[in-house]
Amino acid sequence: MKRPERKRLTLLGALGIFCGLAGAFIGGSMARAQDFAIINATIATGDGSEPVENGTLVVRGGNVVAAGEGVAVPLGVEAIDAGGAWVTPGLFATVTTLGIWDVGAVSQSNDIRANDSPFSAALDVSPIVNPANQHILIHRAAGITRAATTTMPSGSIFAGQGAIIDLDSDGQPVMRARAFQMVDLGETGGRIAGGSRASAHALLRNALREAGSYGEAARIPGRSSEARPTRSGDDLPIDPRLSGRESERGGDVLLTRFDAAALVPVVRGEQPLYVAVERASDIRAVLALNEEFPALDLVLVGAGEGWLAAQEIAAARVPVIADALDDLPETFEVLAATQSNIGRLVQAGVQVAISASSGENPRNMPQAAGNLVALSRLPGATGLSWGQAFAAISSVPAAISGYEGRAGILAPGALADVVMWSGDPLEVGSVPTRVFIGGIEQSLENHQTRLRTRYRDLDESDQPKGFDW
Amino acid sequence: MRVKFCGLVAASFAVAGCATMGGQAGADDGEAPRYVAMAPEEAPFASTYNRYPGVATALVGATVFDGAGNRIENGTVLLRDGEIVAVGTADLSTQGYEVIDAAGKFVTPGIIDIHSHLGNYPTPSVDAHSDGNEATSPATPEVWAEHSVWPQDPGFSRALANGGVTTLQILPGSANLFGGRSVTLKNVPARTVQGMKFPGAPYGLKMACGENPKRVYGNRGRIPSTRMGNFAVARQTWLDAIEYANKDDARRDLAKETLVGVLQGDILVHNHCYRADEMALVMDMAKEMGYRVSAFHHAVEAYKIGDILRENGVCSAIWADWYGFKMEAYDAITENAAFLQDAGACVVIHSDSENDIQRLNQEVAKAQAAGERLGIALPDELVLGWITLNPARAMGIDAMTGSLEPGKMADVVLWNGDPLSVYSRPEKVWVDGALMYDALDRKRRPVSDFELGQPGEGDVK
Repeated sequence: MKRPERKRLTLLGALGIFCGLAGAFIGGSMARAQDFAIINATIATGDGSEPVENGTLVVRGGNVVAAGEGVAVPLGVEAIDAGGAWVTPGLFATVTTLGIWDVGAVSQSNDIRANDSPFSAALDVSPIVNPANQHILIHRAAGITRAATTTMPSGSIFAGQGAIIDLDSDGQPVMRARAFQMVDLGETGGRIAGGSRASAHALLRNALREAGSYGEAARIPGRSSEARPTRSGDDLPIDPRLSGRESERGGDVLLTRFDAAALVPVVRGEQPLYVAVERASDIRAVLALNEEFPALDLVLVGAGEGWLAAQEIAAARVPVIADALDDLPETFEVLAATQSNIGRLVQAGVQVAISASSGENPRNMPQAAGNLVALSRLPGATGLSWGQAFAAISSVPAAISGYEGRAGILAPGALADVVMWSGDPLEVGSVPTRVFIGGIEQSLENHQTRLRTRYRDLDESDQPKGFDW
Repeated sequence: MRVKFCGLVAASFAVAGCATMGGQAGADDGEAPRYVAMAPEEAPFASTYNRYPGVATALVGATVFDGAGNRIENGTVLLRDGEIVAVGTADLSTQGYEVIDAAGKFVTPGIIDIHSHLGNYPTPSVDAHSDGNEATSPATPEVWAEHSVWPQDPGFSRALANGGVTTLQILPGSANLFGGRSVTLKNVPARTVQGMKFPGAPYGLKMACGENPKRVYGNRGRIPSTRMGNFAVARQTWLDAIEYANKDDARRDLAKETLVGVLQGDILVHNHCYRADEMALVMDMAKEMGYRVSAFHHAVEAYKIGDILRENGVCSAIWADWYGFKMEAYDAITENAAFLQDAGACVVIHSDSENDIQRLNQEVAKAQAAGERLGIALPDELVLGWITLNPARAMGIDAMTGSLEPGKMADVVLWNGDPLSVYSRPEKVWVDGALMYDALDRKRRPVSDFELGQPGEGDVK
């Protein structure tokens, strides 16, 4: 969304086929976000509050103007009567691999893991996200409007640099490139690092040290000796990999120059470091990293035993992206796994997003959230309120991703990502009926809906199914 | 019993106890042999499961889905001596029963998962626990899943407490065309797998087609490396089994015994198969060889051939919405179950997952909603059959469980709300009339040996 005007213009060609769906919004100015209001809606704003009935939403210029009860529809703004239907912000999915694979087991189509790459932290997902990918279309139709997407650790403990993307149809998915770096310090990280968590920790510390010294010589902007550029809003960070040209580096160098440069913003705390760990003791070791590297902007990913360290995580003010429903000792690092993990963390004051990997696909996030609401009725379990659960798949992951107040929420000034639902969005039977991203209505068609249409009947008396399209 | 006893002794004490049975050499005409194994008909590894004590219980005031397509508002369900005694309306007398006020709650039969790997791929998922695929030959009908099942898998308790699962079929994996025999279990904690085996349940034979067998063996440079190779190996294996079955004096062959069991109709075929065109070929292979397929598992494209599946009387055991993870899962749609039901074919929702087995009710709700959005009538009382009576039929245990009918096993779940809502959970679960889980009683939940003394022991999970 850094250059919204350019994005909108590119829509012209693509949107023709969506006319039937877009209904009232089709017109000569389809390329621009529409001004509209939705009235008589059950609105959940995503901010953690409970839904309100008979609410109104006003959208102008691709942004939310107002949402909630007692909101007036401005003159001249078209109002859609929701007839009591649920209206929410678009869901925000983190951490995902959306847009970088087609079929999991078809390796040629799958860019998730660069096992044999000579690079590690330098990997950057932003140039490889395919917005026409079926998973983008399918998840858009499931109400997910923005996501954090990244390659995954494979050849190295570093995943590379993830991006924040939107799931609209304008062909330009990347909102923020190099939005975060991810590293695995758990069981997987230990195996990748050579067979022990100890090696993973050593590799991380060495990498941060090399990145620190790389920055000194490379004159990457932002060193304390130089004026630091002002950062605001959606400014994209510089790509430090492309700065500096020194060929001499200190001895005992493990990282390529490209990888070391990529970690400079991590050392400086300008790029969040997502750390994948599950075990309580591993979580504590991650929190302790801030003593050695005070600037690190840490986010915990996984944290299956987080509830055992809830107070410490809360005190460190480190956000968590956690699987919602893990309750089995899948590995020795999640012996204490319980579906109450997130509820207990939230109760301790930790900011927690429900991980998009909580189900078989990110589109199952609402189901995960609904299950946490169900827990609140089980004696001995700790769940979430409906409002908390919905926030954990909308505003909270957006905030962790750097879009607090801008995405995953219906509040003045937020991006107008709006979903109308067939029912309570956390119920498993509910689906979006209309999806707007940045104020623009989106097609909900994809490979699956086309198959659905073709095979609604099995009649081939006139023609084979191959002609049914 | 004598022979059975002898067989057990033979296993334990190297035949000393049996040696006197057979006379001298045992090879002379008319004399019994000196060493004798139990015959297949004597059911080695027999179930030792006995129902646990229960109290006569009346569930009163609930919405009852009986699993057989009926719905009773303000219903009464009576359990006694391990059996369903009666299912009816509020007029049923509850005299002599401990009454549970179930007003506002829901009662269903115990949930049945037709496709699970609990026990043979247990958690923790370490290599030492990987016991589901005897991936050393594409045809291993001689292996039995029960010999891999670890009864201490913590997953059993989660399936019970969170999913209301009372019966489950443990299958070998899909690396092989013939993966081996399945075993059907009662979901009760037990020290041995025999203590879980569902008494009287027929065995199943796991078969597989498609990508997995050809990938596993093709990567080793041997047949099958193609789909046509899959069929060639499978057909030859069947032909060999038919030849064996026609011989009177064949040397015992464990692999052939399983296959002959299928030809005789005693062992039910559960065939992993994703693609519609491949399922049609498998059904023709079954016709060629003289057996029938009970259910296709992971049948993500079943909706394309609902008519053929109906005509052949084959169930489709499917996920609600898994898709895209492999090429043969690319055409999965959430309407699969609804389209099959609409075509008059048999639908079963399965898990194949230690996680989703805890939420089969929610998977049903997803598939139901997808159909209803297209105007297909799928009432709650019908779709609950997808995880109760329909899997029971496909597993050959529908005369014993799968629905709330007098005389059937009292496998029952009391839900704290509509089981087709994400907000509901099992409150109580009975297996054969014994209360095996109670959300309101912290001690009434199983904790496996593995979890004792470890972080989170006895937690709500």
